[in-house]
Amino acid sequence: MNPQLSRRRFIKAVIASSAAAASGTGFHSALAQDRPRGAVERLISLNVNGQTRRVDVAPQEMLAHTLRYKLGLSGTKIGCNRGECGACTVLIDGVTNYSCSTLTHGVRTRAVQTVEGLQAADGTLHPVQQAFIDELSPQCGFCTPGQVMSAVALLDENPTPTREEARQAMSGNLCRCGAYDHYLNGVMRASGQNS
Amino acid sequence: MASFDVMPDVQLYQPAELDDALNLAERFGDSGWLVGGGQDTYGWLKDRAKNPQAMIELNGIDALSGISETDDGIEIGATTTLREIIRDERINRDYSLLAQAAGRVASPQIRNVGTLAGNLVQDARCWYYRRGLACYRAGGNICYADGPESMNREHAVFGASRCVAVSPSDTATALVALEARMIAESTSGRRSIAAEDFFVGPDTHITQMTSLKDDEILVAVRIPSKWAGKRFYFEKVADRDVWDFALVSVAVAMSMDGDTIADSRFVCGGVACTPHRLTNVEKAARGKALSEESAEAVAGLASAGAKPLNYNHFKLPLMENLVRRAMRG
Repeated sequence: MNPQLSRRRFIKAVIASSAAAASGTGFHSALAQDRPRGAVERLISLNVNGQTRRVDVAPQEMLAHTLRYKLGLSGTKIGCNRGECGACTVLIDGVTNYSCSTLTHGVRTRAVQTVEGLQAADGTLHPVQQAFIDELSPQCGFCTPGQVMSAVALLDENPTPTREEARQAMSGNLCRCGAYDHYLNGVMRASGQNS
Repeated sequence: MASFDVMPDVQLYQPAELDDALNLAERFGDSGWLVGGGQDTYGWLKDRAKNPQAMIELNGIDALSGISETDDGIEIGATTTLREIIRDERINRDYSLLAQAAGRVASPQIRNVGTLAGNLVQDARCWYYRRGLACYRAGGNICYADGPESMNREHAVFGASRCVAVSPSDTATALVALEARMIAESTSGRRSIAAEDFFVGPDTHITQMTSLKDDEILVAVRIPSKWAGKRFYFEKVADRDVWDFALVSVAVAMSMDGDTIADSRFVCGGVACTPHRLTNVEKAARGKALSEESAEAVAGLASAGAKPLNYNHFKLPLMENLVRRAMRG
């Protein structure tokens, strides 16, 4: 590529972006007077796995994006990104949510738990994680973090579910390997019941 | 059309008071988008099939959430989640029809955040429309679902007018059966709309599914005590048990006089653009006992007047069979 051209492009880009930034500020300060109540601030605190994390979040940003690309918590997977597959399942105040379809700004005052927050301080796995290993539940493993979170939420609420109750509770998590029964075996084992 | 992984640049407002939300709704009009659980919202935005300027998230408004008793029945706040409805003791005791319908919506994760109002006002699931094509419903002048080659297995058999999409909401059928009223509010005041008039077909308004105006917010649903504790029947038939919309669903409320039906409401979902009342069946069911015989006698009326498309003839016997099952007792 012609270096002259790329330098020119680079300089143009710099000018354009600083102009945008400047006009952005102007727009912002003009609006500050007449800002409608309810507008959001970008720099927020999140409670993730018991820790307070300060993070810069765009208004339209999804929690899965914030977790993976800003907080480094890549255990939460993005599968369909449409709230259909469940790979991005996290717990918010103990309840399962699709983090790809949750606005990060919507969880500011709430407690988020991801798969990274499950193991004990000494590295001992959560009983659900251990049971999934013992039962060889995952095949490719991509849906596993989501499956783990759904199982954890179920057992927190109902420590000894029937297999049918477990099936219902896990029904929002797809597994393209089709290892559903293996995951159910894992849930039953984690609940201390023989599958 | 390209598919995107990230949300477009859109403003977000999280008002804490209803008045602020109403002001925002008025200020943005049709370029504002009300968000509850957001499960119908984000797909539209990620696909760039709809491009609002601002999202107005209502979950922070306490006044919009919760279930309370009224003089005559109950009131459910707009942002009450389906999870709360499914687990509510009073609803399970008196209006179990609604709890059953809510329990069949989508998947556990979606029921955990999905709100009653969001389930009621969700947009049509026609994939041609969802794809962002300029069909009638999107303001264009063609229907892609109603042609010789169109895939219209899930589409309407009643009440189509240019657009052939169906009402996707499970809770809507239950609320029409229960004769609920919708409370809509704007900066100029409140109005109460019968559930049956709340949902509108394409002959009335082709680009929207409800009679809500741009600056209005659905703030609550009131269920009268008329059908409290009566006999209910709900069944939803879908290709999959989870995360699927009804091919046909039926919500039935019956008040019994001894062994016979004194009065009833039969409402089908998935067959028309609005929850579809089976008034013929209701008339014929009056005075009949719940039995195989009466099921046989009224079932055929369910599909009377239907106009099926190329691939959805199966909905007719399906409707009849659901009515038959409701009438067997």
